[in-house]
Amino acid sequence: MKKNTLFLIILIFTIFCFIVLLKGLSKDNSYKPNINFGKKLSSFEGKNFFNDQLINSNELFNENKIYVLNIWASWCAPCRAEHSVLMELKKNKLIEIIGINYKDNLTNAKKFVDEYGNPYSEILIDEDGTIAISLGAYGIPETIVVDKNQIILKKFFGAISNKSLNEINSLTK
Amino acid sequence: MLFSQLGYYSLIFGLFFSLIIFPISYKDLQFKNQLISINVLKFVFFQLISVLLSFIFLVFSFVNSDFSNETVYNNSHSAKPLLYKISGTWGNHEGSLLLCLLVLTLFIFVFLLTSKKEPKKYQIFTLLFQQIIIVGFFLFLLFTSNPFNHLFPIPEEGLGLNPILQDPILAIHPPILYLGYIGSSIIFSSSLAAIIQNYVDSEWAKSLKKWIIASWFFLTIGILLGSIWAYYELGWGGFWFWDPVENISLMPWLCLTALLHSIIVLEKRKLLASWTLVLSIATFTLSMCGTFLVRSGILNSVHTFANDPERGIFILIFLFFLILASLFIFFVMHKPKIREEQKSFLFSKETSILVNNLFMMYFLSCILIGTIYPIFLEVIANEKISVGPPFYNKLLIPFLIPFLIFMSIGPNVKWVKDNFNLVNKKLILIFIVCVLVSYLIINKSGYKNLYITILTISSLYLFIMTINDFFKKSQINLGQRISHFGFSLLILCIILNGVFSTETITNIKVGEKYNFKGGTIYFQKLNNFKEENYISIIGTFSIKEKDKNEIYLKPELRIFDQPDMITSEADIKTTIFSDKFLVMNLVKGNNYYNIRYQTKPFMIWIWLSTIILAFGALLNFYNKKRK
Repeated sequence: MKKNTLFLIILIFTIFCFIVLLKGLSKDNSYKPNINFGKKLSSFEGKNFFNDQLINSNELFNENKIYVLNIWASWCAPCRAEHSVLMELKKNKLIEIIGINYKDNLTNAKKFVDEYGNPYSEILIDEDGTIAISLGAYGIPETIVVDKNQIILKKFFGAISNKSLNEINSLTK
Repeated sequence: MLFSQLGYYSLIFGLFFSLIIFPISYKDLQFKNQLISINVLKFVFFQLISVLLSFIFLVFSFVNSDFSNETVYNNSHSAKPLLYKISGTWGNHEGSLLLCLLVLTLFIFVFLLTSKKEPKKYQIFTLLFQQIIIVGFFLFLLFTSNPFNHLFPIPEEGLGLNPILQDPILAIHPPILYLGYIGSSIIFSSSLAAIIQNYVDSEWAKSLKKWIIASWFFLTIGILLGSIWAYYELGWGGFWFWDPVENISLMPWLCLTALLHSIIVLEKRKLLASWTLVLSIATFTLSMCGTFLVRSGILNSVHTFANDPERGIFILIFLFFLILASLFIFFVMHKPKIREEQKSFLFSKETSILVNNLFMMYFLSCILIGTIYPIFLEVIANEKISVGPPFYNKLLIPFLIPFLIFMSIGPNVKWVKDNFNLVNKKLILIFIVCVLVSYLIINKSGYKNLYITILTISSLYLFIMTINDFFKKSQINLGQRISHFGFSLLILCIILNGVFSTETITNIKVGEKYNFKGGTIYFQKLNNFKEENYISIIGTFSIKEKDKNEIYLKPELRIFDQPDMITSEADIKTTIFSDKFLVMNLVKGNNYYNIRYQTKPFMIWIWLSTIILAFGALLNFYNKKRK
């Protein structure tokens, strides 16, 4: 490659990085839910966190409640941050929180739940990340709110905030 | 009050000296004398003194708990022990920048004193580039992060320092890390000066090498201290978490390690000149990039720092100004003097160093992507993710294996051209022994993982090969051998530590016994003490493991009131072979304590091997001087 072409490519890349980082500085820290609601959740299967038994997703959504699927891992810093919000959310009796433990070390994950509390009614182990893929997750943490028919009502990328908490709670009213 | 004002004015004087240094050193370029003018040296010295004074005045303000100074008010408290009042000076944003500035001015002064034999114009250009960086830091300090802001009315009491930062190791961790980070500024400035002066040759490489070794040494020790702190203080029972702030210190380290090797090729064989320049520029750029990512609060991390977008914008603009300027100088002004197509052979030391560099660049890019990607994704797609250990383990470990094997062969290859006679019966025998020993080790641990087995084989092989090197006749490169030995020991210990660590977690209350696989934990008693600035709760546990003596561990909880915060201090019993680690945490709402008991084999060797690694390089430095 000619020197000038290389220079130009690096220059353009540098400027691109500059713009992204500049935007990153001024970004607003709130999260916008995905607009693709109304789709049905694809079914999935995973081992139970506490007793290793296989659970199918169809067994999970059988009451007339709002279900919150939360994908988390003990190594993920934002998950730690959102955990208190999940504990708060647990207080709403019309909501069930289902945890998907994503690519985690089981000991660390158990330690995490011991230390920060367990907001989940069920936790499924997603050892290789396939459940997260079938749920269409991009990264973690991610939270998907569905009704008993498994229709997606809301989706939150990243740690959920107190604002998201109110949004989810308002679905039960 | 008085000290703050004196500090502020000496800072302004420092900036003022910069403005004098530019024109007089430019004028000095025109003179034909051999040595740099004494006037230039004088002003560089004055600048150093004024920054030093400013720093000392800030230390005085901290020691005297002068709460009319905003920085002191925010980060100190009159009840704090003296050592932490002093270390509080650089435990915050403003003070740490002032310390950076001090290191910048100190290094350029030392550079000018020690490079009198270098061409005069090269020295002056290095000074000019360094002054550009220094002015950038001055402006940043004075306009966005003034450490001497005045408060009125004067508050009665300060807001305290984050108790988690009140630790002797952490008191010295930042200054040493800065010596490494900022030391690379000299490498950056002198590379740009060498390009302009067309001085990129083996002489230059020889003179720059000592700066590379010095920065590398400080960076290594700085990272080590940070790790030790995380291990003892954070109470997570690990020493590396792939946290963004840790990654940020690892990136310049990898770059500097690559540079440390490529500069030798430039010195001995006059090859890789352009590549060495790229690495020199990249090292400082990565350090600055780290400063930006940490200080702007753009990252999510366990390390908390004040977030201020205004500061972020300043560093970002300054960082990209430096990047663009160096890109321009490199692409437009760099005329390779040395013919790069000098004959090189596949099986030679220069090739093996190049391969080492390629591995370093691979590791560096993985970590860079893992650290930066979440930010880019958030800006572009508005998604927030966290990249954790699974990412790094998947990407790094497969490449670590060939790297280790390669490292056991590479350093012994001769310059220019070598034969393949390195592969002999003895080496094959050693390799077979390694395979058998590793198989036994892994079998004992019950880990049954092919990856881990191969990794253990390769690191054990490297370990034996580096020991083997000590028995060779010529001991010219004793420093290199010691460093390589340290590195192989480090990797081996990390792997064995990972494979053999055990952990027991439970909730327990006073008087209870807990049986775990292999032993019993007994929670004997709980004591409260009132310390100078916190209340200490110490639990006494006796642990009896099979076939071993009973040991007592006393983990501690510290309840601070300024600010309200609880930290847990692990109790660690260290022996040559393993660490016993016990940490306890409050369980809210009842009298149970959550305890975590870990045995961590070879922990002390992880620290020791890193020290061996660092001091090996220093020995290299000493040898050079003696010659």
